[in-house]
This record gives sequence, C-alpha cells and structure tokens, in this order.
Amino acid sequence: MKDMAPATALRAVNWNRLEDEKDLEVWNRLTSNFWLPEKVPLSNDVPSWATLRAEERELTIRVFTGLTLLDTVQNTVGAPALMADAVTPHEEAVLSNIAFMEAVHARSYSSIFSTLCSTEEVDAAFRWSEENPHLQKKAALVLDAYRAGDPLQKKAASVFLESFLFYSGFYLPMWWSSRAKLTNTADLIRLIIRDEAVHGYYIGYKFQQGLAQVSAAERARIKDFAFSLIFDLYEVETRYTAELYDGPGLTGDVRHFLHYNANKALMNLGYEPLFPAEAAEVNPAILSALSPGSENHDFFSGSGSSYVIGRAVATEDEDWDF
Amino acid sequence: MQGLAYFTSASGNTGRFIDRLGLPAFRLGAGADPSVLRARPFVLVCPSYSDGEGRGAVPKPVIRALNDPAIRAQLLGVIGAGNRNFGPLFGHAGRVIAEKCNVPLLYRFELAGTETDLARVRGGLAQFRRA
Repeated sequence: MKDMAPATALRAVNWNRLEDEKDLEVWNRLTSNFWLPEKVPLSNDVPSWATLRAEERELTIRVFTGLTLLDTVQNTVGAPALMADAVTPHEEAVLSNIAFMEAVHARSYSSIFSTLCSTEEVDAAFRWSEENPHLQKKAALVLDAYRAGDPLQKKAASVFLESFLFYSGFYLPMWWSSRAKLTNTADLIRLIIRDEAVHGYYIGYKFQQGLAQVSAAERARIKDFAFSLIFDLYEVETRYTAELYDGPGLTGDVRHFLHYNANKALMNLGYEPLFPAEAAEVNPAILSALSPGSENHDFFSGSGSSYVIGRAVATEDEDWDF
Repeated sequence: MQGLAYFTSASGNTGRFIDRLGLPAFRLGAGADPSVLRARPFVLVCPSYSDGEGRGAVPKPVIRALNDPAIRAQLLGVIGAGNRNFGPLFGHAGRVIAEKCNVPLLYRFELAGTETDLARVRGGLAQFRRA
C-alpha cells in the first residue's frame, strides 16, 4: 500500500525558526515558572484554618470552588479555543502550556480542600458553585464568547477571565494573608496569580497583534465588543462580590480591587483604563500581600522612606544573567 | 534638563506610558544608536522580564547600552515598570539596574501606568530637573 500524503502538509513545530520572538520569550517564562501544589506545605495552615469561624470557612471554600470553576473553563474550553486561532505553531504550543497550567490551578484548590476541609464542607461548596446564578452567569458570558466569538473576541474574553474575573476570589486569600492567616495557601495562590499574569499578558499581546491586522472599522467593532463585555462581566461580578463579601463587610474593599484589576485587564489588551484612579485605589494591605517583600520605594510621590541605591558600578553582560 | 530613555517590547505597555507622558524620550532597542545618551544626564524607564527566580529581568538592549561606561555615567535614576502579580519580583529590572549602576529607583508602575502614575512621574521628573 502506498503512503498518501495529506492535501496540506502537516507542519512540525521548529523552535529554531521563530515567526514571533514573543512566543519563545513566554514559553521560557512559563516553563521556568512550572510548579505543582505539592511544592507548597499547605498542611502548615491546618492550625490557622482551625481559628476561622464556620462562616469564614464557608466563604473561603466557596471562593475557591468559584475559582476552580473558572480554571476548569479555561483549561477545557478557553485555551483550546484559542489554540484553534493560533497564528504560529509556537503560539499553539504556548497555549497548550497555558491549558495544562489551568488544570494544575484547578487541581490545586482540591489540594487545599483535602488538606484543610471536611468532605461534607467541600461537597456543599461544589453544589453551591453549580447553583450560584452569578458565578454560573459569569462563566456563561465567557463561554458564549469562546463558542460564538471571532478570534479577537475570544482573546478579549480570555484576558477578562484571566486578568479580571479571578480577582473577586484572589482577594480573600490575600486578605487572610494580610492578617497572618492561611499564609501557605496564600503562597500557592500567588503562584497562580503569577501564572495568570503571564497568560493575560501573552493573550493580550496576541490580541493587539491581531488587532493591528484589521481595518479601523473592525478595530472599533472589537473595542465596542470588549468594553460591552467587561461592563456585563463587571455587573455580574459586583453581585457575586456582594453575595460573598457583604457578610464580613468587605464588599467595598473588594470592589476597589475589581476596578483595579479591570483596568489592568484592559491595559493587557492595549486599551485605556475604565475606572478612575480613586475607584481603583486598592487597600495597601492587599497590595503588599500581592507582592510581599517588594516594599514601596516611592521616591517620586514622597511617600517612600527610602529608595534603593546600589553598590556595584562595573557591569559586564555576564553580571546580568541572561 | 535631563533626558529620558525607555525600552518597550512588542506588547507596548511602556511605550504607551511614554506616549501619554508626553515628554521627548529615546527608545532603546529600536535600531537607533544609544551613544546619543552620552551627551547629557537621563532617567531610564524600563520594564521587567524576569523568570520566577528573577533571572533575565533587564532587556538586552538596555544591558548593551548600560555596558557603555559613558552612557552609564549619565544615568540619573531608573523608573521600573512591571506587574504586582509577579510578587516580590514586581518591577525587578528597575531594582537590578539601580543596584548595578548605583542610582536611585525613582518609581515603579504597573503595565502601561495609570493617571496617578503619570502625574507622579511628571512631578518627580520636574522636581528632579530643578534639583
């Protein structure tokens, strides 16, 4: 029997022939950031978990099941949908890494649950995530864009999920961490946040590259779509936030964090921020929980007490470690 | 009056910050010869690209320019761009450059910066000019 060549030759990915340098830069970044939840000593949080009141535990587990749902969407639908639109074979490979890491993130929440919580508590929270209309609605809005959108609309939806929708959830472990609670869990969440930042950056970059290829009218249409989608998502997010955080009285604080992250999601797409600076001013305790040890060297605003000034003067290429 | 130099990658965040800042600035890595930076003191605006361990934070065109002692001698300070989501490594390139070149890290902002960031950097640079 003779081998029949397919109509179009299949292309093997050649990483020594790049069409877009950003693909390799992000591939290297993502692969060097690879981690698994086993790396984080979550069991050290058992004593801290025991100090939480029942309603605080319930809130925390609910928030994490909500995050699990979004990671599941991104792993099984979002990243694969973007792979179909990849313009380079390397982009497709990067997206396969993104898809897998979303599965790692989703899996991590279950590691937290099995370390800290009872089966009944966790089962109840998963039921809650399936029945909560706001959570289901925000996932559905993004899924609609993944299923019916064009390549640019799908990328915009993906960036909103990665850079905006997660943050009503990420707020809570950062808040606990600022109060010296569940600090190992916060370390794990920071690994997720770091990954999501690269994902949002990369997909936002690919969005901007795609946008540069289309007509001004098409760019305007996409921008309308993006801003209308983020408005819709924001509306759902505020209801979701109120339902979760009214109890502990944190809703106002979380909303500032939502505004801040919505602005950053739009920046990833190359757009101007939506929310004014005052509305996006985040509780400093949450900011320092996000980037601990990165204290504010704010020389220009006069609020920093000191600024970094170094010692070495001689520099060689090797010193910079690239 | 000091000058301004910056690096921006294809994603363009730092470039958009510089555009909105509205001050003349020399773009590193875009093909132009950086030796013009030897002429007068300047502030550098630099985004960060490190991995999870902080390696490779400073873009290569910035390293190449700063390896010229005459350019380095004119560097007054650095403004780091980045993303707080990278935790302790937020805007790491700014810190690396400040330490390597013995200059102050003047400010840090996220992605393409906010109106607040622009106002602080404008004010900071103006003050720096008078000093």
